[in-house]
Formats: sequence, C-alpha cells, structure tokens
Amino acid sequence: MSPDPFPVRCHVVTGKGGTGKTTVAAALALALAADGRSVLLIETEGRQGIAQLFDTPPLPYEERRVAVTRGGGEVKALAIDIEEALLEYLDMFYNLKRAGRALRKMGAIDFATTIAPGLRDVLVTGKVKESVTRRRDGHRVYDAVVVDAPPTGRITRFLNVTGEMAGLARSGPIKTQSDGVMAVLKSPQTAVHLVTLLEDMPVQETADAIAELSGAGLPVGSVIVNMATEPMLPEDCLARAAEGGLTAAELAPALAAGHVHDGTALAEALATEATEHARRWAAQDELRDEVEALGRPTVELPLLPGPIDLGALFELAGRLEDHLRTEVAA
Amino acid sequence: MSGAPLPEEAAPAGPAPRQHHRPAPHSAPQALPLDLADLITSRDTRIVVCCGAGGVGKTTTSAALALAAAEAGRSVVVLTIDPARRLAQSLGLVELDNEPRRVDVPGAPGELHAMMLDMKRTFDDIVVAHSTPERAEQILENPFYVALSSSFAGTQEYMAMEKLGQLRASEQWDLIIVDTPPSRSALDFLDAPNRMSRFLDGTMIRLLTAPARAGGRAGMRFVSAGFLVFSRIISKVLGGQLLRDISAFVSALDTMFGGFRERATATYELLRRPGTWFLVVATPEPDALREASYFVDRLSAEEMPLAGLVLNRTHPPATTALSATRADGAAEEVLEAGGEGAELAAGALRVHAERMTLAAREQRLADRFTSAHPEVAVRTVPAAAGDVHDLDGLRVMADALTGPDGDTPTGVPRTRVLPARRS
Repeated sequence: MSPDPFPVRCHVVTGKGGTGKTTVAAALALALAADGRSVLLIETEGRQGIAQLFDTPPLPYEERRVAVTRGGGEVKALAIDIEEALLEYLDMFYNLKRAGRALRKMGAIDFATTIAPGLRDVLVTGKVKESVTRRRDGHRVYDAVVVDAPPTGRITRFLNVTGEMAGLARSGPIKTQSDGVMAVLKSPQTAVHLVTLLEDMPVQETADAIAELSGAGLPVGSVIVNMATEPMLPEDCLARAAEGGLTAAELAPALAAGHVHDGTALAEALATEATEHARRWAAQDELRDEVEALGRPTVELPLLPGPIDLGALFELAGRLEDHLRTEVAA
Repeated sequence: MSGAPLPEEAAPAGPAPRQHHRPAPHSAPQALPLDLADLITSRDTRIVVCCGAGGVGKTTTSAALALAAAEAGRSVVVLTIDPARRLAQSLGLVELDNEPRRVDVPGAPGELHAMMLDMKRTFDDIVVAHSTPERAEQILENPFYVALSSSFAGTQEYMAMEKLGQLRASEQWDLIIVDTPPSRSALDFLDAPNRMSRFLDGTMIRLLTAPARAGGRAGMRFVSAGFLVFSRIISKVLGGQLLRDISAFVSALDTMFGGFRERATATYELLRRPGTWFLVVATPEPDALREASYFVDRLSAEEMPLAGLVLNRTHPPATTALSATRADGAAEEVLEAGGEGAELAAGALRVHAERMTLAAREQRLADRFTSAHPEVAVRTVPAAAGDVHDLDGLRVMADALTGPDGDTPTGVPRTRVLPARRS
C-alpha cells in the first residue's frame, strides 16, 4: 500500500465574505480527489453554494456525489441542515428520534440552537469529525474532508467549540462531545486554510484570524490568494503603465503593423484599459508583501474572466494540486 | 454588433429563447436608471439602509453616499458596522465610543458624522437604561447574558436596528445612512431583531425556566407533556447549569419584559415609514445577486420601499468597438508583424479581450436580475483599481453613484456594463 500522499486529511477553508471561499473549497476538494481518491466536501452555512457551483439540484442532508476526477476519484458533497443534524444527534446518543420530530414541530429545535449559540457549531464540527474518522471494513471512507467553513470573523469560535461551550455548558454530553471534536481539530491531520483577496480588508482579517487560530492552538494551513490579477503586459512596462506613463501614441505603430485599423480612438481606449490593468496589478502587488509577512505557505489563484463552472473549478484545482504537492515535498 | 461569445453560466439561465413561427425580436430587458443624487438630496429622505451579502462594499457605498449628501448640504450621519481600518481612520473613527463623531469635510455646506457600532455596549446601555442599578449589575455579570450580548447570532442586527432607532429619535440629523452587518444573508437584518425579541419575550423561555423561578408552580399550568420532554432533553443535552444561568438571567430581566419586543417592533415600523429607503448592494457575482434577489422579494412582501440596486465593482471596457474574439485575434497579428512595441500592444489587446469577456459576464448577470425584477432601478459602479480608504476615494465613488446616467466615456448608460445589443 502506498503511503498517503497528503498527511492533512481535514481541510477547513475560511475567508472573509466575498473572497470566494466556497469556490476555493470546491476546487480544493477536486484537487484532493485526483488519482482515485475519495473526498467529502461539507457545506456548513446552508447557502447551497456547492450545488450551484457543481450545477446540481439543492443538496439534501445526505452525502451525494457531485464530481468524478481522474483515476476514478470522486467528490461527494454534504450540506449540513442543522435541524437534521440535531435529530441525528438525539437519535444517536439518546434514541430520541420520535421525540425529536415532535420537537421540531414545536419550533423547539430552532429555540434550542438559539439559547445555546454554540450548539450549532458543536453539531456541525461533530459531523466534520465523524466524517474525518469514519471507517468501513477497516478502511477510511474518505481520504480527505474539505469544509466550506464560516467566514474568518467567526472561524475560531466555530472550531474552538470547547472554548465556546465552556462558558455555557460546563457539563453534560455536549461538553464531552466537544472535547472529542477538539482532539481531531487540533491534531496535525487538520489544517485551516485562509482565502483572501489582494485587498486591505481581507488581508487584515486573514492576519487577525491567523493570530486568533494560533492563539487557540488550531493548526493554520495555507493562505490562498484568490482572484489575483495576473500581469498581461510585458514586465518592464507594468510599473510605468501603473504610473500613467503609457500613451496611445506608443501603441499605435504596432497596432497599424498588425492591421488593427480602428483609428486613434481605439489606441486611446486600449491605453486607458492597459493603465487600469497595471494599476490594479500594482495595488494588489503592494499587498503581496503583507501576505508574505503572514509567514504561511501561499498559493495564488487568478481572476477568471469567464463564469465559474466545472471547467473553471478544474482549472483552479490544477493550481491547488501543484501547491499541495510542493507543500508535501517541503 | 459584438462578436464576443457570451459565456454560459453554470446556473440555469433565465427564460429560454422562444421558438415561434414568427421570429419575435429578442431584446434583453432594460433596467430603469437609479437617481441616487435625487434620493439623498431630497429633504423627504430621512433614512437610507444599505443591504446586501457580505463583501459587496456596503460600508464604502454607505460612506460615499453620506459624503455626497454632506457635500449637497445635508446634515448626515452614517452608521457603519465593520469598516476597514484605514477607511475608519479616514473617517476619524479611531475611538470606539459608540457615538457619532464629526468628520471634517473641507468646503462641504452640510455636515458629515460617522460612527461605528459597538454591539455589546449598545446592549449594555439598554439594560442599564431599563433596570435598577442592582438589577443591571446582576444581568451584566450573568454568563448567559455575556454570551448573548457578544456572540448571539443576530445580536449585531438587533443592536444596529436599536442604534438606528436612537439616532432617529434624537432628531439631530436630517439624513441617516445605515450600513448593515456582514450577515450570511441580507435578510438577517430584517429577521434577526424580531427573532431575538420573540426569544427574549417569548413564552418558551419563561416556561423552560419556570420551575426555577419563584412561584414556579403557577407556570406549570401551561406546561404540556410535550414540553416536559423538551425541557428534559434541553437540560440533558446542554447540562443543567446552562438552564440555571438562563433562569437567573430571565428573572433579573423580568422588569424589562415586553420592552424588547416593543422596541424591536417600533424600529421595524420606522423602516416602513415614508422617508425610509432601502438600497440593495451587490457585486456582479451569482451569489451576491441571488441574495439581492431574495432581499428585493422580501422588501416587496413587507411593503418596504426599495430605492434600487447598486451593482458595485463592475468592469466596463473603455471601448466596445472591438470584441473579445477580434481583440485576441488582433493580438496574434500584432505579435506576428513584430517590431517595436509589439509585445506591449499585444498585451493591451489581451487586456481588452479579457475585459470584454468579464464585462459580458457581468452584463449577463445584471440582465438576469432585471428579467426577474424589471421594476428595480439599477446603477453600476466601476471597480476602483485599489481599496477605497480616504475621502478622495470616497468622492470618486460618490460621483459614480450620483453622477448623471449617461456621462460615461463610452456613452454606455450607468444602468449597464455594456451597451444594449441592437436586434
């Protein structure tokens, strides 16, 4: 039997709202599922974003295959429904399935998750732990589990269920379960990846989250820079263009030589767009130092101009796969 | 006519092309223009609430509109929830004192005030204002209250609503612009306060804690068998100690009962009064526009007034004369011809090709929104090259938000990213 190529088995993906963490989580699941591996992608926030990305009907509370990858690999997806998770929990530990259904009718489950804000997180992380450690016939069911987790502002509280519940439930089975979950989440088989854009606020939030996660003893993985502008102008022209030094007159001769006969207006417009492109690149490039200063392994994903469909996900997955391999080699 | 192939989206598209015997001209829906200059300068407008999914630029939109209003002579306060540090600094929001502070805008005929919401402090203030000092102390120290006021899902929305009510009641400003919390769903802003006040004032919490309270037996009359099962499960799952904390909290809070719901209802009603307008903010991304759609439907169901949609961070090209396909082809020709500046010119053509593709995708998403909500006025706001973190950056954005509809370099109206295709 070949050794597992990737030691980390539980990948938690977080990021500020709008950074595309669901897309990154989906691409990461595809990357990990290459070469015949089996991966579970878990959605924790009930948005059905995964179903949209993979163009499938809304996911029920059930593990469904959403993609196959090369070498017979597969990605299954699970959208956690908090009520169903609580019922499952009640059934598993207290044999209370029927009572649970009655409670749901009373709106009691909504109430229960309301009086103990952390209960929701306990149930979700409990499900994550269960799928990471699940075995069938002595083998692990999933080679890896990818979690599309809550945003950076809430990630530490979400993962640090013991800390969260300590203030509320100091005894009882929830407390016992929290402890079991923490054992997995704080182990080296878990990595929390942070998705950011090359913009002030997401980078700032990433730095804050890394500090919080480390403080809570949770393992920080890679920083994934998403939607980066990749330079399309020759390198020696970029800085000059960003400073506004690019003129239409400079472009005109080469355009004419290439038989692009649309007059000076076109050259002007192209110069404007090239300048904007260079400025965007420069503004982002300034933040690269800050990302580097975070001291985490970093990978960049480009801003794709087209729609995010399965093809685009595989393109992003390819980049992530390369990154994972370098990480393991390092 | 554009030769750029329209990219297909992963999600199912809008109405399928109709196959009639008589080929009807297929025309994309035209969005109505959104006149934000009129909205913020009109004396009748008293409150503008900016809503939308997280990360779409609600805070900068709110701040830019507030700046424009102050420069148009109004006395305006902007309530921000979680501004980026540099933006907060540029607005003078360095001290977290939960009170509005004047922002110096040189030459503005009006006044701009800004504040950042401190949700725990706002909650503490309500408790202190509505109980005796001893009671307040008991509540503030209760572990359940501490968790509730700092981490309860919905507290931020509830407190934003509460603060809005306070600002409005003070009659100090003639315009209040509110940024909403970075919730998972834009609807949370409307739902959370009611959910929370229902919870705090609700019978369930009283029943649950009844046995522990003085005269608990009286409460037992209402207790059904099903409820006893529920109560047992709750204490089994969460541990008895949590219930004791809640119980102590509830009895300390007893004097305030009724207060929470009343306050939430009053503020909710404020949102329906004439003079209040909602502005939905979205980026041209499927997720953000889906949230915007939900929100628009909800506002209409609640009969709350919607000003329109701000489609933020679009990428309109500087020319639409050259399609993406032709630009890519031209880049190859330019490279083949070679000579000085060929690489640069080819690069510029590729930048344009990518820009056209991106703009086509954005326009397509905008069209889909307009097909579903033809009555919603739209204003697109081009993406800035970098972050907006000072008054100058806000002013550029304010101009894009409030400028005349057709004053763009390409003449494409600001309701759109690309010109409408003639059929």
